[in-house]
Amino acid sequence: MDKSQYIQITKIVNENPQVKTFYFNFKLQSKPGQFVMLWIPGIDQKPFSIAYDDGAQFGLTIFNRGPLTQKLFEMNVGDRVGIVGPYGTSFSQKPNIHYIMVAGGYGAAPLGFLAEQLQQYDNITVDFLIGARTKDLLLFEGRILKIPNTKLHIATDDGSIGHHGYITDLLKNIICEISDKKSAAVVTCGPELMEKKVLDICNEFDVPCEVSIERYMKCGYGVCGQCVVDDLGICMCTHGPVVNSELANKLIEFGKYHREKSGIATNF
Amino acid sequence: MLKTNFLNTVFDNPLVLASGIRGVTAASMARMVKENGAGGVTVKSISLEPRTGHPNPTMAPFKHYFINAVGLSNPGIAEGLKELKKFKELCDAPLIGSIFAGTPDEFAQVAEKISEAPIDFLEIDISCPNVSKEFGDPFAYSIPAVELITKKVKEKTKVPISIKLSPNAWNIDTIAKAAENAGADAITAVNTVSGMAIDVHAKRPILHNKQGGVSGPALFPIALKCVYDIYKAVKIPIIGTGGVTTGEDALAMIMAGATLVGVGSAVYFRGEDCFKKITSEMEEIMREENINSLEEIRGCVH
Repeated sequence: MDKSQYIQITKIVNENPQVKTFYFNFKLQSKPGQFVMLWIPGIDQKPFSIAYDDGAQFGLTIFNRGPLTQKLFEMNVGDRVGIVGPYGTSFSQKPNIHYIMVAGGYGAAPLGFLAEQLQQYDNITVDFLIGARTKDLLLFEGRILKIPNTKLHIATDDGSIGHHGYITDLLKNIICEISDKKSAAVVTCGPELMEKKVLDICNEFDVPCEVSIERYMKCGYGVCGQCVVDDLGICMCTHGPVVNSELANKLIEFGKYHREKSGIATNF
Repeated sequence: MLKTNFLNTVFDNPLVLASGIRGVTAASMARMVKENGAGGVTVKSISLEPRTGHPNPTMAPFKHYFINAVGLSNPGIAEGLKELKKFKELCDAPLIGSIFAGTPDEFAQVAEKISEAPIDFLEIDISCPNVSKEFGDPFAYSIPAVELITKKVKEKTKVPISIKLSPNAWNIDTIAKAAENAGADAITAVNTVSGMAIDVHAKRPILHNKQGGVSGPALFPIALKCVYDIYKAVKIPIIGTGGVTTGEDALAMIMAGATLVGVGSAVYFRGEDCFKKITSEMEEIMREENINSLEEIRGCVH
């Protein structure tokens, strides 16, 4: 049943001035790409992508941007919040694949979780691409560097670290160098316009791709219909957030517009 | 076998998507017909201006019921019209518009505007239990209010209207009769019944709005009795809504007197293809019991 567990925060890690990771000792049994709803009574309840889950504890990496996260950032270890989930689809995990992960900003959270989980499969290599506006906002550099068989590539808008420019430039270079495109898989999570560019590149070079698509949602289990996408009318909380390129290519609104709280369609 | 004539419009089956569930966009509603077997759809209620609704949690599911206080979020009539027009491009099933407002005059104003859209019917939501802080008690508790709204809306639209009533009104049959006398073409019975849920670990109400509307199986017997009572009181057709999750429930609604049957929370309890499941269960029972048409059994328990 979709009932909140009212559980304690067991650890808080400061990732950068605006981002913290909150850990919970709870067997969530989630897969990379899935999300939970986090509730603080009297404030709000929102979906958050899962950044860590080792089976015994899970972690949510959160950017402080509204009333709910503001309240969360004031909380301490031992304080309790409501958690329900996990919900939604996850990234595919297969052996003998060269994964190319394209993370924009906080998109590094679920993809870091994916890269860690993939270590249980044989013959995995990962190119992990992280893009950020500037060096100080870069997330999980240390985390990714610790993962075996994983090569980190960085791009920043201001060139303060790594490639000066778009992360999609790096993606194109890596794809061009691949001899066997059938054993490669691109996965992406980040700002939608970046994701759209990633999808377009994958379509062009015929590389399979999975995209995590974020839409405003209320329930998380396919009832309210706030997160439906045009023109298929499917809910991104149940048919997504992770969809393959075949499905993503059918979503006419992907990379173009999304719906706000009221349901009004707004262009990106 | 399930074809249903409602106010001279033929529905492939009597199940209509109830307002508030998966009714935000044209594509979403069309999917409920084309992929999931609904006979018709009702849009999520639309107001003059856009509304963001209440903060979350706005809904909470339980084993036998579902409770919500979404707070009537909607994109407003201007954006809403676009989705209603688009629905008819995607799908030819009957479309029921739905509106709400804070005053009788505003109801008339929204009714006039929404009538520009290719809607087949218009549901008048005067019974939402979740916005009383903003709008006061639902109009559906008051006979004079129901009469006034019905008359004012009828003056502004040629689209047949159905007044959506509340199971919290102890005299729902008398109220339905008042709506009929004021010119209503149909009655939708019922909206959710007022309720609440508490998280005992958090020691707080679950819904941000504290109180909400109960739907799902627990609402079904209450809704059934309302439809039964209203059928005795009026001659206009009834859209029987409230906790229908099985073919047996849908047939019971029709035997109590409903012409169409609203299906909402069943999307949670049985999945989005609940319409297909319910219609096939209805057909199975009808074959067993030698029932050839729904006409044959409508109101038969009276």
